[in-house]
Amino acid sequence: MSDTAPRAPKRPRVDPLYDPRVRAAVYQVLLLLLLLWLGYQVAVNVRANLVAQNIATGFGFFGITAGFGINQSLIPYQEADTYGRAFVVGLLNTLLVSAIGIVFATILGFIIGIARLSPNWLVARIAGGYVELIRNLPLLFQIMFWYVAVLSPLPAVRQSIGIGFQPLVQRLADGLAWLNFDLAKAAAGLVQRFAVWIGPPEVFLNNRGLIVPEPYFHSGAGIVCAALLAGIVATIAMRIWARRRLDATGQTFPVFWASIGLVVGLPLAALVVLGFPVGLVQPELRGFNFVGGIRLIPEFVALVLALTTYTAAFIAEVVRAGILSVSRGQTEAAAALGLPRKRVLNLVVVPQAMRVITPPLTNQYLNLTKNSTLAAAIGYPDLFSVFAGSTLNITGQAIEIIAITMAVYLTISLVTSLLMGWYNARIQLAERA
Amino acid sequence: MNSIDNTMTEGNGSQLRFVRRAMVPERARPLAVDVIGAIWRRLFGGVFNTMLTLVSAFILVALVWPTFRFMIWDAVWDGASRVDCLEETLKRPVGACWPFVQAKFGQFIYGFYPEAERWRPNLVFLIGALLLAPLLVPGAPLKRINALLFFVVFPIVSFFLLVGGRFGLVHVETRVWGGLLITLVISFTGIVASMPLGILLALGRRSPLPAVRVVSVAIIEFWRGVPLITVLFFATYMLPFFLPPHWNVDALLRVLIGVTLFSGAYLAEVIRGGLQAIPRGQFEAAAAMGMGYWKVMGLIIMPQALKYVIPGLVNSFIALFKDTTLVLIVSIFDLLGQVRTSFSDPNWATPVTLFTGFAFAGIIYFVISFAMSRYALAMERRLSTDHRAT
Repeated sequence: MSDTAPRAPKRPRVDPLYDPRVRAAVYQVLLLLLLLWLGYQVAVNVRANLVAQNIATGFGFFGITAGFGINQSLIPYQEADTYGRAFVVGLLNTLLVSAIGIVFATILGFIIGIARLSPNWLVARIAGGYVELIRNLPLLFQIMFWYVAVLSPLPAVRQSIGIGFQPLVQRLADGLAWLNFDLAKAAAGLVQRFAVWIGPPEVFLNNRGLIVPEPYFHSGAGIVCAALLAGIVATIAMRIWARRRLDATGQTFPVFWASIGLVVGLPLAALVVLGFPVGLVQPELRGFNFVGGIRLIPEFVALVLALTTYTAAFIAEVVRAGILSVSRGQTEAAAALGLPRKRVLNLVVVPQAMRVITPPLTNQYLNLTKNSTLAAAIGYPDLFSVFAGSTLNITGQAIEIIAITMAVYLTISLVTSLLMGWYNARIQLAERA
Repeated sequence: MNSIDNTMTEGNGSQLRFVRRAMVPERARPLAVDVIGAIWRRLFGGVFNTMLTLVSAFILVALVWPTFRFMIWDAVWDGASRVDCLEETLKRPVGACWPFVQAKFGQFIYGFYPEAERWRPNLVFLIGALLLAPLLVPGAPLKRINALLFFVVFPIVSFFLLVGGRFGLVHVETRVWGGLLITLVISFTGIVASMPLGILLALGRRSPLPAVRVVSVAIIEFWRGVPLITVLFFATYMLPFFLPPHWNVDALLRVLIGVTLFSGAYLAEVIRGGLQAIPRGQFEAAAAMGMGYWKVMGLIIMPQALKYVIPGLVNSFIALFKDTTLVLIVSIFDLLGQVRTSFSDPNWATPVTLFTGFAFAGIIYFVISFAMSRYALAMERRLSTDHRAT
């Protein structure tokens, strides 16, 4: 016989009522119909409501004069500018606060996360206490605390509080002097001299905000920046080269010190050669205000402070979990191979821990960005309070404005998670199936 | 000691990277019990370690001592007005002004709920506590009935008790609710109402039907991708446009809808984690018994999956509890909102009032969240041992 080719097994005849495929199709069609009906209802209601309340629709308001001031702006902005420009100002402020928060939170979070694993009992306990305290208090509570209780009652400009190493050392000297016995007094004298040697602080705090030194860029600054850029590029190239050589020959290269040399050394050399075209202007109190330096508004300071300390507590937990996830066997095996402790960290522990740390760390960065909307509670002009706050109040176009605001944050979230997914797939261990 | 480092050769010429030539010297027998010695070594072993210890001790003292002085030592414990909390009156440094909290206590707990009716929230608190306590103890009997009472009957009873207007109770508008009462109402309603939504979305996300899956993923990712404030603004300002013009939805109810949608999406992800932990054999065995989809899920999969994720659910609840503070941005005054409002009372305006108010609110938030997180941790430990035993 010729037609013995394998045929697909014939499906048994099923009553369509009980056929899973038919049922699946029906359910899905029903769901879509339900959604369509809901959407239609919403559209009808929206139209009726808008007509009843006489509210304009559309995105024409972007071109209209905003008419409200914004107390912090990275680009020139006046009341006469449009809502569109106000939107950009808000977006930039959100990005600014998020970027600064992310940098500081990462540094603080890694320090605390590692401190929690310190063999030193006291250090580990303090870090643990910090994490527990911060994580169990609402973020808005912390923002309010910094803004209302700490920053608002600060003294006026004339009595600004200097912050820095020097006041701390001065405190220590005073404390020692207070102990009032010979040895302490002698120590107090030494510490006092040290405080004088450090010089006065360069950062000031008062009820109008935080005054920090302002960078200046004279001619030649471009060359320094170019040197920095060249240093970074050279470092990346050097790392790739060192990696290849390590894979090929097993020889190691002091990557860390070479990187420092390139990234710090090159621009530093350029600075010295060109006679310091880049530097900082110290703020100085003259009369009733500071000359030189940048004033950061209290809302910004409170928000960055709260976001940083809050997110750092979560990052610390992420870091701790990541380090703990590298099993002891890995460290021991590396030690048994004869690797020194530093290299065990570099080659065995950190790469494996980072694989565990990165995804939740990104999540924390996203959370920080989303949490920056709490700025609305203290009046920092981020995207949310400029747009969903002031703009919504004046125009009343709730649907468009809230939709746009949500869309911006949604875009940030989705783009980040897409990038994260791509990165994850790349670093994922190729395990046996 | 460092025999490993000593014998290691970094030479480029030889093929062998490591050859041990000598025996590792025997170590001294570890002392059986030397607690003090061990602690001493942990704190003061090595120069760097000693410095760390000293710096940490300094930080600890610099934080704890002023806190202790403020909260207890220098605190004012009784008084009738701001005058009793002023340095000028007392002629000494003044810490926390606890009479302020005492005077405002009713406002912090109930908001502006009429004083004559405050037995109603108190009764709700009491019933809630009585039902919750046995639910938290793992070995307590009648779990099923207890859970039913707590999650279904209790919310209904509380609703009628708090809102009133029926059964001879005076109607109390939600506008006057506030303080801790509203914090608890929002977080409890949020978790109870978002649970079914979370379960449905989690099931939908793992559904074999593509349309259901896509819709669930879209809903989950949308609500998880936006900040809670935008959700609250959506619920407060945008939702009324979506509803028929003659519907007049209460402000608190709108916020509750927003919180439920938001928290439902997060719960869905937690529950999905539990669903993924259930081995395939369970689905297949249940299907082989002839159970349909809902029976498999309701009787076999969900009970196991939900048990796995109890710690995750408690953590979501902590997050929700802390997030309820955000409602003050849409003018609903929860505990934090009431504390902040109370600062503007000129009768109690002193330099220490701000810190006192924050200390009080902070203690309440901390105690509740900390207790819940410890409970989640204990459950996690318990569940993981349960799992290993089987």
